[in-house]
Amino acid sequence: MIDLHGFGDQLLQGAIVTLELAMCSLFVGLILGLLGASAKLSSFKVLRWIAHGYTTIIRGIPELLTVLIIYFGATSVLMAIAGMFGYDEYIEVGAFAAGVTALGLTFGAYATEVFRGALQSIPKGQHEAAIALGMGPIRKFYRIILPQVWRIALPGLGNLFLVLLKDTALVSVVGLDDIMRKANIAVSSTKEAFLFYLVAAFMYLALTIISMVFVSYLEKRASRGLARG
Amino acid sequence: MDFSVVVEYFPRLLEGAWVSIQLVMISIVLGGIFALPIALARISPVAWIRAIPFAYIFFFRGTPLLVQIFLVYYGASQFDVVRESVLWPILKEPYWCAIIAFTLNTSAYTAEIFRGAIQAIPQGEVEACKVIGMTKTQMYRRVLLPRAFGIVLPAYGNEIILMLKGSALASTITILDLTGMARTIIARTYTPMEIFLAAGAIYLVISIVIIAIFRQIEQRQNRYLGTLSIKVPDKG
Repeated sequence: MIDLHGFGDQLLQGAIVTLELAMCSLFVGLILGLLGASAKLSSFKVLRWIAHGYTTIIRGIPELLTVLIIYFGATSVLMAIAGMFGYDEYIEVGAFAAGVTALGLTFGAYATEVFRGALQSIPKGQHEAAIALGMGPIRKFYRIILPQVWRIALPGLGNLFLVLLKDTALVSVVGLDDIMRKANIAVSSTKEAFLFYLVAAFMYLALTIISMVFVSYLEKRASRGLARG
Repeated sequence: MDFSVVVEYFPRLLEGAWVSIQLVMISIVLGGIFALPIALARISPVAWIRAIPFAYIFFFRGTPLLVQIFLVYYGASQFDVVRESVLWPILKEPYWCAIIAFTLNTSAYTAEIFRGAIQAIPQGEVEACKVIGMTKTQMYRRVLLPRAFGIVLPAYGNEIILMLKGSALASTITILDLTGMARTIIARTYTPMEIFLAAGAIYLVISIVIIAIFRQIEQRQNRYLGTLSIKVPDKG
């Protein structure tokens, strides 16, 4: 058996932090994605421009740079805003909050495109039927549109989640205690770099496999209403 | 915010950008060369030949690029065999370690793209090749690979952009690429927002240039599809 020099528990704790970060970013990203897609399909030109600018910029710059910008930038922006309200204390943005913001923004930009495609593929008749039944726009969205969009968007979102899971490693650069940083700590005390990074790699691989199984379960569940051919 | 620092350090940022572009170009070319045999092995009819590239692709696509870079840069030097070997002068340089990690990573993704493209070619064309009596090599060289190249282009363009974004990770092993240079400048000037935003803008410009180049190649490669590029003469 491989000897982890007692760092096994540490790595598992790191895995929990990695998962927490991934789930929180997923939540933020899904909301941003839905908002972005709605804005892209909106009849207001300004909203379309904002959504277009958001997806172009976020998808064009490296995720690591997004993490660094949010981590180092958010502090100065928040302090400038707080300063306007007469608050002069030092505000620190934690690595976790910065990570959720940066990865959520990234996920949201890609999810915008996935949701836009899914929203566009809902037949017009579905909208008309909902309106004919007297549903308001919000109820129509929750009861008719969202469940169908969810089913169409799931495979795309599943892929994005796998990318997100791997991107969480970047937040270790700004000091979050995830798998990657725990591995760094273990390496600096044991000098067995290959061993610990390989263990970290296989932990990510395990998380990836679990997510794949879960996504395929969700896909089956979401399309249970469809006739199988 | 004071953007005069950006003006002052802009030449340094461009130096970093050039390193990033080099890293991406070398890795993409090497990755493309490795990807072809991997993709061909991946669609082999023999099960155990298929299994090796499958495991390789699964590992490199399922783990973060950051782990892969650290495995090559810090991991390889753990072994005395590596430190005493002839490869050590290469493996102790962060620049070459980054290129090795990026090449391995991108070859896994590219192999999947190639595989998809080869399999997307209609079976009828394969049969047609066999009917006229082409050998397997001729079939790949004359029909399947050129066809796959046309199909592959959009996905390949995306892969290069992903590689460009991934190249920012080179900064974690002390390489002064665009991100690394930005971090070094910030350590001196304490102006994170200005410099990082400028670096982001440069990445954005490089991405846009790559997209534009690929549009051109795509139009050229798929020109036999016609119709789209036919110009209707203006009236009068």
